[in-house]
Amino acid sequence: MNLILQVWRQDGPDSKGRFVRYEANDISDHASFFEMLDVVNEQLIEKGEEPIHFSHDCREGICGTCGMVINGTPHGPDPGITTCQLHMRRFNDGDEIWVEPFRATAMPVIKDLVVDRSALDCIIQAGGYISANTGNAQDANAIPIPKNDSDLAMDAAACIGCGACVAACPNASAMLFTAAKIGHLGLLPQGQAERNSRARGNCTNHGSCQNACPKEISVDFIARLNGDFLRAGFK
Amino acid sequence: MRSVFSLYRSSVGKKIVMAISGVFLFLWIVGHMLGNLKVFFGQEAFDHYAHGLKEFGDPFLLHGQFLWIVRFVMLAIIFLHMLSALAVYLQSKAARKTGYKKEEALTFTYASRTMRWGGVILLVYIVYHLLHFTVGSAHPKFVPGAAYANLVVGFQNWWVSGFYIVAMIALGLHLYHGLWSACQTLNFNNPRLRDLRRPAALLITLFIVLGFCSVPISVLAGIVTLP
Repeated sequence: MNLILQVWRQDGPDSKGRFVRYEANDISDHASFFEMLDVVNEQLIEKGEEPIHFSHDCREGICGTCGMVINGTPHGPDPGITTCQLHMRRFNDGDEIWVEPFRATAMPVIKDLVVDRSALDCIIQAGGYISANTGNAQDANAIPIPKNDSDLAMDAAACIGCGACVAACPNASAMLFTAAKIGHLGLLPQGQAERNSRARGNCTNHGSCQNACPKEISVDFIARLNGDFLRAGFK
Repeated sequence: MRSVFSLYRSSVGKKIVMAISGVFLFLWIVGHMLGNLKVFFGQEAFDHYAHGLKEFGDPFLLHGQFLWIVRFVMLAIIFLHMLSALAVYLQSKAARKTGYKKEEALTFTYASRTMRWGGVILLVYIVYHLLHFTVGSAHPKFVPGAAYANLVVGFQNWWVSGFYIVAMIALGLHLYHGLWSACQTLNFNNPRLRDLRRPAALLITLFIVLGFCSVPISVLAGIVTLP
């Protein structure tokens, strides 16, 4: 299939970016979105041009490294997947595809489609941890956890920290990310010690984040964050 | 308790202020709508009701005191609601300085995207509404105390009724998102009840919008007339 790409190119954090039009010809519809970009990049390298820079690592949807906004949707048009899991058969021959980096003041562009997501690490440092004493690990079954709680904690723990929720949020807020961490840790007994001091997140309850999340994490966790926040306020 | 007063400093705290002030505004709107429906019981019943609002609390409160207390409290609540909305808006604007070239609407509802402009439309409407039916300066034949006659004469103008209905649609969108959103913000999220929040918000919103709109429509249709 033949496609037209409109890709955001930006030389560095302080340079002005622009969209550049590329033609991607003879792309297999079995190719992933990144394999398509790889083909385009090889052609660019052959011509002696700078290839398109983008973040990627596992290419199987589990690491949270990749992420770009494709035709206005973080991780592309399909729900519940990361960019690396997107396949070209999702598009039609001759389509024009707009590719942009995640946009948020807290996640500045480093180069082309690569953004600096270390702001998410700051949230983890502020409260995305539990107190674990050193010494022998205790028996795994010594702490009773109800099945419902552990299942719900696992739903929140599916967050891979890709930042799509920030990219999709009309307020560019990392509320779903923060809520997933608070839900994941706050539902388990090991997370209770820091529960009232844990990091907090700007939510106007639009729901874009849930629709953009590759792991389909629910905004129910945002309500839980708000509840924990209120509870801590009265301590 | 130390942090109750510092809650407002965070964006979550601002949303909590917005949600709680919104719940009070919602309760006031329910009362206003139910009061308006008294117009269907005739001129005497409606004027009696309007007069009763001024005499409420007698003999503990003097004439009009109750109404003035309500007005000051409402003004304070509206101020808090707008202040927190403005603060959240400014934070959001700062949080994404470069926007997207292409943007798909990923939000759950259309209503959520109308909250800020809808709020501004409601503010403009409320100012006009007060000048129209309370102060009377925007009313062609305002007679102090003659609430029923003022209402019928006011709504016989197509433009006035049209603006009213547009404002009520804006109110409906604002309430539909606002009621659900307040549940999220205040963590009313019980797994057994949370799927009922959307339909409940829709039903309550329809009840309020239809209740309000029935008055100007009935005036225009000639159901509610001057004797």
